[in-house]
Amino acid sequence: MSEHAKSSPLKMYFGIWIALLLCTYITYKAAFIELGRFNAAVALGIATLKATLVALFFMHVWHASEKLTKLVVIAALFFLLLLLGLTMTDYATRVWS
Amino acid sequence: MPDSTVIGLQHEEEHHPELLHHFAEPQQQRDAASLGMWVFLATEVMFFGGLFCAYLIYRRLYFGDFAAASKSIDATLGATNTAVLICSSLTVVLAVWAAQTARRTLLISMLGITMLLGLAFLGIKAKEYTDKFEEHHVPGASFSFENVEIPGHPGQFANPRHAQMFFSLYFVMTGLHALHMIIGLGVFTWLLLMAWKGRFTPEWHTPVEIGGLYWHFVDIVWIYLFPLLYLIDRHP
Repeated sequence: MSEHAKSSPLKMYFGIWIALLLCTYITYKAAFIELGRFNAAVALGIATLKATLVALFFMHVWHASEKLTKLVVIAALFFLLLLLGLTMTDYATRVWS
Repeated sequence: MPDSTVIGLQHEEEHHPELLHHFAEPQQQRDAASLGMWVFLATEVMFFGGLFCAYLIYRRLYFGDFAAASKSIDATLGATNTAVLICSSLTVVLAVWAAQTARRTLLISMLGITMLLGLAFLGIKAKEYTDKFEEHHVPGASFSFENVEIPGHPGQFANPRHAQMFFSLYFVMTGLHALHMIIGLGVFTWLLLMAWKGRFTPEWHTPVEIGGLYWHFVDIVWIYLFPLLYLIDRHP
């Protein structure tokens, strides 16, 4: 960490911070606009963007020196999507309820 | 545990006092700490994931009732709390940067401000919980959700049993999140004390980094909780 010259990441941190606040504001405002089915998609899409920004840049996954770290992050996401996805395929195909 | 004379490591070799003997170099030790915290966070993803799964199932089944229940919690307070946590994530990365660049005063103040923001979050949560208690929206014997219209369906009223399901999920999910917040505050108290004693250097500040990872994770959970709980159907 101290061996190589690191250009100041401060600008990037403040930029990400502003982006996160803007995304929050957009999420809040968009919720009050009639978008039908897309309200949920917009809200969750923006939330995913925010989470990605926090993980990649605040948690330093983007510039991680250990490649296994990125693998663990992807693995966690994979198993979460497996849990949510396969559970919902069960409920979504129950025509009787 | 073999001591240094048995394995022949001579302490004339230059190495940072915090480098543990089973690591070849400091960067490897840092990477191992970070990887360990990430593996723990992966288990936390599944921990909260189960609750999110239950939420998705019942939201799909009882959408109208969930929309009515969601409308009764304060979206402005929720959005404010989201902004509070986003600011606290900024102060956390600034704290890590301060540790990396030997800025002790900045490190201490950033850790302190992070904790104040965390306390602010919990304070706002306490206000929300109080409101819910007064409105009889806490699941249990005193729960009441009569004659609440389903948004977008005038004349149709929410089923109280289904609405109670929303509030059960609301309290368990935000409660578990708040518990993680409290634990985070405990961790950061310890970090603050260590920083005050001058224990962190640019060569070694691992607790700040991995404590920061935990805090960011708690922020990410809230980033998803906010739209799912507070913004189900606000437009009608």
